[in-house]
Amino acid sequence: MQKNKRFRSLKFISLNLRSLSLTFGFLVILGNVAFAQKTITGKVTDATDKSDMIGVTVTIKGTSTGTQTDFDGKYSIVVPQNQSILVFSFIGKTSQEVVVGSQTMVNVTLIDDATILGEVVVIGYGSQKKKDLTGSIVSISSSDFVKGQITSPEQLVAGKLAGVQITSNSGAPGAGSTIRIRGGSSLNANNDPLIVLDGMPLDNSGISGSANPLSMINPSDIETFTVLKDASATAIYGSRASNGVILITTKKGAKGKPKVNFSTNLSSAMPAKYVDVLSADEFRDLVNSRGNATMQSYLGTANTDWQKQIYRNAITTDNNLSVSGTKGSLPYRISLGYLNQNGILKTSNMDRTSASINLSPSFLDNHLKVDVNLKGSLTNNIFANQGAIGAAAFFDPTQPVFSGSESLGGYFEWLDPSTGNPNTLATLNPLGQLLLRNDASDVKRSIGNFVFDYKFHFLPELRANLNLGYDVAKGNGTVYIPTNVGMNFARGGVDNIYDQHKTNKTLEFYLNYVKDLPGINSKIDLMAGYSYQDFLKDNANLDKNINGDVFADIFYKTQNTLVSFYGRANYNMLDKYLLTVTLRRDGSSRFAPENRWGLFPSAAFAWKISEEGFLKNTQAFSDLKLRLGYGVTGQQDVLSDYPYLPKYTISQTTAQYQFGSSFFNTLRPEGYDANIKWEETTTMNIGLDWALKTARISGSIDIYNRKTKDLLSVIPVPAGSNLTNRILTNVGNIENKGIEFNINTTPIHSENFNWDLAFNITRNINTITNLTKVPSPSFPGILVGGISGGVGNTVQIHTVDYPTNTFFLYQQVYDENGSPLEGVYVDSNKDGVVNTSDLERYKSPQSDFYFGISSQINYGKWFAGFVTRGSIGNYAYNNLNATAGTFRNSSNAYLTNVIRNATTTGFENSQYFSNYYLENASFFRADNINLGYSLGKLKNKIDATISANIQNAFVITKYSGLDPEISGGIDNNIYPRPRTFTLGLNLGF
Amino acid sequence: MKNLKNISKIGLLAVGLVVSQSCVNNLDRTPFIEVTSATVYNDLANYKQILAKMYAGYAVSGQQGPDGNPDISGIDEGFSTYLRQYWKAQELTTDEAVIGWNDGNLRDYHDMDWTSSNEFVTAMYNRIYYQITLTNEFIRETTDPKLKDRGISATEVKTFRAEARFLRALSYYHALDMFGNVPFVTEEDAVGSFTPKQKTRAELFAYVESELKAIDADLPAPMTNEYGRADKAAAWTLLAKLYLNAQVYNGTSKNNETLEFCNKVIAAGYTLDAKYATLFLADNNKSKEVIFPITFDGTRTKTWGGMTFLVHAPVGGSMNPSEFGINGGWGGIRTTKSFVEKYSDITGATDQRATFYTKDQNIDIDDIFKFADGYAITKYKNVTSAGVKGSDIEGNFPDTDFPMFRLADVYLMYAEAVLRGGTGGNTAQAVNYINKLRQRAYGSTSGNITNIDLNFVLDERARELYWEGHRRTDLIRFGKFSGGSYLWPWKGAVKEGKAVPEYLNLFPIPSSDIVANPNLKQNTGY
Repeated sequence: MQKNKRFRSLKFISLNLRSLSLTFGFLVILGNVAFAQKTITGKVTDATDKSDMIGVTVTIKGTSTGTQTDFDGKYSIVVPQNQSILVFSFIGKTSQEVVVGSQTMVNVTLIDDATILGEVVVIGYGSQKKKDLTGSIVSISSSDFVKGQITSPEQLVAGKLAGVQITSNSGAPGAGSTIRIRGGSSLNANNDPLIVLDGMPLDNSGISGSANPLSMINPSDIETFTVLKDASATAIYGSRASNGVILITTKKGAKGKPKVNFSTNLSSAMPAKYVDVLSADEFRDLVNSRGNATMQSYLGTANTDWQKQIYRNAITTDNNLSVSGTKGSLPYRISLGYLNQNGILKTSNMDRTSASINLSPSFLDNHLKVDVNLKGSLTNNIFANQGAIGAAAFFDPTQPVFSGSESLGGYFEWLDPSTGNPNTLATLNPLGQLLLRNDASDVKRSIGNFVFDYKFHFLPELRANLNLGYDVAKGNGTVYIPTNVGMNFARGGVDNIYDQHKTNKTLEFYLNYVKDLPGINSKIDLMAGYSYQDFLKDNANLDKNINGDVFADIFYKTQNTLVSFYGRANYNMLDKYLLTVTLRRDGSSRFAPENRWGLFPSAAFAWKISEEGFLKNTQAFSDLKLRLGYGVTGQQDVLSDYPYLPKYTISQTTAQYQFGSSFFNTLRPEGYDANIKWEETTTMNIGLDWALKTARISGSIDIYNRKTKDLLSVIPVPAGSNLTNRILTNVGNIENKGIEFNINTTPIHSENFNWDLAFNITRNINTITNLTKVPSPSFPGILVGGISGGVGNTVQIHTVDYPTNTFFLYQQVYDENGSPLEGVYVDSNKDGVVNTSDLERYKSPQSDFYFGISSQINYGKWFAGFVTRGSIGNYAYNNLNATAGTFRNSSNAYLTNVIRNATTTGFENSQYFSNYYLENASFFRADNINLGYSLGKLKNKIDATISANIQNAFVITKYSGLDPEISGGIDNNIYPRPRTFTLGLNLGF
Repeated sequence: MKNLKNISKIGLLAVGLVVSQSCVNNLDRTPFIEVTSATVYNDLANYKQILAKMYAGYAVSGQQGPDGNPDISGIDEGFSTYLRQYWKAQELTTDEAVIGWNDGNLRDYHDMDWTSSNEFVTAMYNRIYYQITLTNEFIRETTDPKLKDRGISATEVKTFRAEARFLRALSYYHALDMFGNVPFVTEEDAVGSFTPKQKTRAELFAYVESELKAIDADLPAPMTNEYGRADKAAAWTLLAKLYLNAQVYNGTSKNNETLEFCNKVIAAGYTLDAKYATLFLADNNKSKEVIFPITFDGTRTKTWGGMTFLVHAPVGGSMNPSEFGINGGWGGIRTTKSFVEKYSDITGATDQRATFYTKDQNIDIDDIFKFADGYAITKYKNVTSAGVKGSDIEGNFPDTDFPMFRLADVYLMYAEAVLRGGTGGNTAQAVNYINKLRQRAYGSTSGNITNIDLNFVLDERARELYWEGHRRTDLIRFGKFSGGSYLWPWKGAVKEGKAVPEYLNLFPIPSSDIVANPNLKQNTGY
């Protein structure tokens, strides 16, 4: 296929033995025989410190001949002729080319590649050179993003970052993810990180009609994704920074002539696994052998695989077009995206059209830079009725899909024998639940900001930056279910309309002063600013049946405002010692005037050890930096805007009370805590960044301790003291401590062959250290973790000295064959009775360790890579087995299929509180495997690349359910994550 | 020119700073939808809506029917309603009812092995104190000086205030009956984080008694208040109940006082409804027998608790939901053989109060979780006396009201107080009152009796008042709740029933409150 001889011949591959020994064994065939014409020798030294450079690749340009420098930095190579050009390359250095000419000795010095070492990272209110960072910050740019069918931004970095755990909430189109940076710091307040898009802090609460607010941002517009992890980096965001901060920047206009990029992906998704239920024949056998005559009479003659009925192979197309360039003095980038994603559950679909415009002109001799970012998206969602997922597992497989009659939409349904109407207790036809319900939404969102950055004419060290931004969204949708079908039969169908508006406004202003002080070998960088953000939203819901009878008519409107002052001082001495101090003062309308203002300080110190004399001339490190950080951050997202005010709430018309013959809306005084305030997290971080000079390997290690006090927790109030039984107040402490380690290496690096390999691992230990106002060792804890099955049943608990959401179950007793004995549990406190005091705390949904391994190989025009993730020590409660893994010999007038697990346990009734259902859900998942080929220049003009991807390629786990990765640890019919195959084409000219 | 531009830029920045400074003042945000306590009492129209909330607190779970904005949390919202919890605590613990749901520790009620962390006991307690704080708030905000300050002079508010005190007394009565020694808060204690002091059962008895007597003047005369609102007779009935159980509550007998207040109620003009069955139907708001109801409505007072629970949960097996005016049964509540045997004829052909459903049901209970085990009961229905289904087209929420106090109960209290030696009544009148109930039940005098004793009265209370939330209190008063003198199936978690310890006569103070309030001492035995 490839006719060009250059690519057919074997390439010389630069091998770096040291890095190989640190990574994987890898065999490569070496070189071909050169025809001796002339031998060139020489030495390569480092321009920075004059040291000898080992392992520098020396190749003859245009050939596959090459060698590398030895331990003294020397090399020897035979060149065919005087016109030969030698290419010296080394990672992190600018490659150099030398025409041999008449020389026999060629010595070169390689200088640092400014684009790497000068790499600039965005931080809160500014940017900083990567090598000068003092906080724990990781950044990934577009070239390193996860490839394939990515429809929501956070999936671009899943598995790539130590300390960042991204769990997609489901396999539904546009579904969001749970993002946890170094574990959650809160019990009842929000644990999501703050997301800042092009300098605009976003409100990450959802919008009606959209499963995920981030999904309205087109991932292909994103340039960098930066995560601020420790408080010294995040404290500049004060009261919203406790769960980390994610900074997203989007692509900007390029220099020069217009560059057009077009990419298109076509993918097909399919269910990766089905719930293991009995087949129709097995179920018939079961009912015939165990059921009574009445139950047997309900059996049908069909053989229906309900799960096959509700799922499908789903096609998705994703197309993006961008034009980027500079017109006159106006750099611009315009992009258009169109995504049409079908979900594997029938009917589910997301259709997103997005556009973005970036203009970044400069005025006044580049003293005034203006940056305009406008993004808009129109998303149409069709939400599938996810009730069908559980129903498909439970529905009697001996029944047909269609009844053969016109009634109930033509679907088979269980009827109440006495009325002939659908049985309200029975499972409804899974396919009918999907196809008879139309749940569609239409969401518009626009985010934009105008940044004016002015460098003072009379004082160029001083910069003023004004950022004016908006984020408006409108979501509306309808749910429609016709009359006389299984769903909502008695109420006469559903005709529900909802809509929501959000208007968020941002004003940020800061001054930045940067000054070199050569007299004392120092540099200072000072910043002070002010921020105003206002969040206003309203929503309305009108719920009717098809006849127009109103069941609910609800309107709500709410607002909160945040005002802040902030400052940062960076001090750099001798380019070895870096000190950063930040301070933020936040005022939130959510708290009473006396508690309204919070102060959030931080300090960090970094020592660039590699710049010290004793290391500078050694061969070991090109970078070695110790970082120490301390900071205080807050959490004010209490999920309600007026928690400190004594409010009276009027009832809906459906909760009136009758006096005489009139009905009155009621007015309810709300419970409140007048003294409610911020949650405060103090973080300490010690980090070490390192890069070996002689090997293409770098990494970092961070140890942290985060202590949260004044937790915003919902706790019982002393009965009679407040207008509710539980109140959100500041009580309790949580601690997260952990260690993060990452290593990045390039075992092979040459002109035509490059192999990158990265690994990261995180250990986080989460412990509740206090839950009560008055220390109370006898306090059993707060029950959490509601399950499906029964009403109000919970399987988790928050307890002091245990991780949050620790499972709280009975210890199952097994017979001599290892089979669980139904309803027999260990009397753990040995008091002779088994009751709630025998429930045991054991394991939690949180991972002991989580890690990511990713790799990318470029070989000539080919590239291939993978991203894998794993988690060890996380447990999950198999709610599906607990509910449907029993024989349930019910007296109801319908049948329910049984999960095969029932044949193992033999349980007759559900045993929700048995730890038999608690399973180790550790896993290793191949998120993405990709392969691509560059077609080169088509018609000498168009760069074309084709690629193929598999997402969710495989999962290795002992967990018995569909998917071990369950945020929250209770596995109950989530929309399964599909396996997706994608073909992509990228054109650029 | 260039300088001019500079100046204009700096000017822009200065404007920016001024704008931003003014924004600091924008932090005083107030709600758009809710009103704050600073303004709510300025408008007389709001008072009746707050009064409605105090009554609705017994019926619904929150501000959105049937759910979505609950009053209390920590338990499923449908479970959280006052009446549903009250009914479960009073009935599931006795021979009158078992429930077949595997919901948390619900079964503890019938097994009689509840602990201080039982979520249903906790929800009952929380509901009681929710009512107490609601009423305290209103009483605190409607003192004469405060009303005067606001220029509100309507005498109506004085009645509202008396009703709030009645409702508070009712909930304190439930607290002292079920939990005994409990935290005590009044309108004197402002909302906030303080820790209430504990009062003994006897102290609370005295408080409830004095409150009910103190409001007598301000409450409307019997049957003169709007339907659904309390009047003097409601307070008298509650006093009669308090006195009847005085031996249990404070160790003194108050049979004379019981009779005094029973007589007042009986003299007030209430009359027995012609048919027993209509007392529990969708149009029972027309009853002349009910003294104090908790009202429900299929479209305007919706809840998953209350009467929705009492109409749906007993329907299951082969019972026809449409006969109950509902869209489906919940297959939960049945009764035990001990209660069935209180009737000599269980068919309802003679004593019409026997409303058992026996088809496909077993009288014996092998498995509490199985609806077919235990006879079902068809007492509560969402159809009118004319046979018309209630107003909710969906068939979820009944119109049926709950008869909290009714005349039949007062007749039976009269009889019991007489038999216990009270003065102010006589045995002939007691027999007469009971025969009124039996004549209605039998449709003739064929069921009339001539002799009564205390055990007969207890059984007659079961036959007449079953599933109306009296049974636990009655059995305790007769010494039959704990101990081994009376056993029913599954009492003490065994099929035949077994003796249980006496400390179970009181529920425990929930562990959540023991932790939150260091002033509290747990009831003996827990």
